[in-house]
Amino acid sequence: MVATFSRKRLFGYTSMVWALGAITFLSFLVWLHHFFTMGAGANVNAFFGVMTMIIAIPTGVKVFNWLFTMNQGMIKFATPMKWFLGFVVTFTIGGMAGVLMAVPPADFQLHNSLFLVAHFHTMIIGGVVFGYFAGITYWFPKVFGFKLNEKLGTYAFWCWLIGFVLAFVPLYILGLMGATRRLDHYDSSMGWQGLFVVAGIGALIIAAGIGFQILQYIVSIRQRHQNLDPTGDPWNGRTLEWSTTSPAPVYNFAVEPEVRTRDAFWAMKHSKAKHSEPEYEAIKVPKNSSVGLIIAGLSFVFGFAIIWHIYWLAPIVAAGIVLCVILRTTNDDTERTISAAQVAKIEAKAKERFA
Amino acid sequence: MSEAVAVERKQDTRTIFGFWVYLMTDCVLFASLFATFAVLRNNTFGGPGGDELFSLPFVLAETLILLTSSFTCGLAMLAAQRKDKRMVLIWFGVTFLLGLAFLTMEVTEFSHLVAEGNSWRRNAFLSSFFTLVGTHGLHITVGLLWMIVMMAQVFTKGLKDNVVRRLTLLSMFWHFLDIVWIFIFTIVYLAGAL
Repeated sequence: MVATFSRKRLFGYTSMVWALGAITFLSFLVWLHHFFTMGAGANVNAFFGVMTMIIAIPTGVKVFNWLFTMNQGMIKFATPMKWFLGFVVTFTIGGMAGVLMAVPPADFQLHNSLFLVAHFHTMIIGGVVFGYFAGITYWFPKVFGFKLNEKLGTYAFWCWLIGFVLAFVPLYILGLMGATRRLDHYDSSMGWQGLFVVAGIGALIIAAGIGFQILQYIVSIRQRHQNLDPTGDPWNGRTLEWSTTSPAPVYNFAVEPEVRTRDAFWAMKHSKAKHSEPEYEAIKVPKNSSVGLIIAGLSFVFGFAIIWHIYWLAPIVAAGIVLCVILRTTNDDTERTISAAQVAKIEAKAKERFA
Repeated sequence: MSEAVAVERKQDTRTIFGFWVYLMTDCVLFASLFATFAVLRNNTFGGPGGDELFSLPFVLAETLILLTSSFTCGLAMLAAQRKDKRMVLIWFGVTFLLGLAFLTMEVTEFSHLVAEGNSWRRNAFLSSFFTLVGTHGLHITVGLLWMIVMMAQVFTKGLKDNVVRRLTLLSMFWHFLDIVWIFIFTIVYLAGAL
């Protein structure tokens, strides 16, 4: 996404992959940083504290790779990119607060304070939710065939970002001043009132952002015919998912793409080679089946029965799940073939829409 | 190689790769149970340890039965490659009986432990023991059920491509459980008896 909106290749691809791998591994070894005050002992705390600090290094690698990808790029501030920028700023602030609290003695001081509350909200909202919003806005046209309203998306973004800063920066300060979580009252002599009011205003601005998002979906769906994506490539993308239509046909790619370079779709778009008329082949796809849905429903009932000790129900639904699986295996007719002629027809129709 | 065969081969490779991914996630599950056991094995809360509770000859018999079942499972797969339906049924039948014998021995061991008051409620060591070994036993149970279904399919459908593919997955599952058991035998029983 960052590469797409910067019109550049991703900076430091290899280091990005290594950073991801390192984070995947290290993330198994940090969980106890939630429980430094539990009483596990100094050695255990030291180990998980050090691991928590170390995980900041590959994370920093990723942040710098994003920044260098944008460096000297032709940045287009579409809504997904705005969400990304909001993400990277808040994520970095929250991450720095996190490294600070990775020191167990510091954590003992900040434990249960609003500083901690501010930290994890920065990570969860700035780091996760903004990332989700970026992804949803970016891939929405690929899934549904039309783009979300950019204007309302921009309003939503700015409300969220400004509201977020107003709501949570005061909490960092209040935490350092000694305010703890879940207070039912505090004395006016503490001097906290002003900052709490600011945080409250921030929360209201976030609520406005949520309102704009709901409105964005309503308006975008109602005006979907104006925002159609007939090309399948609404953002001038670089990767292969944008080379097929929006929404993607059941078989995804009419001809299996041959990848010779990173950003394969970008290379295809800019290659000088003449595009020969593709030769379509018959494609095998799975038939629709309701078995997965039924098993999911039974699994829910099974989990419910186990949790609430309904022991007569649990074995019945468990047997139902097993039976569904066995019945499924008796069905040999689970695939259908889309003939080459049908593929050609679907592709021609897509080209017609494009023209 | 005709086109249909090529498509079928491709399908085989994909399915088998998918099953490998499943087996690796199962590895993660067992790894965490092994780690839990390794941490808790000395937390007996005054109760008897592994050296007093486990009978090595009994567990060795279990191990040999399971290893043999892996061997007969391999023979069944060789028969499947030869499209020898009768031998596939015979060898999977033998594998099933050996698996059932293993499971019966395991349940016997468990019920003896519980009858003597050494259930999973007694201490952290026994909790982790029953969770680890019991999870393996549950896998074996599922494998036996799967074997019944597959023998029925071989009997009714014959050795069609998709049936042989499923037999391949079943044999991978069975060998995997064998390997997990080798670790249980070594880490839980042998190391516990020392």
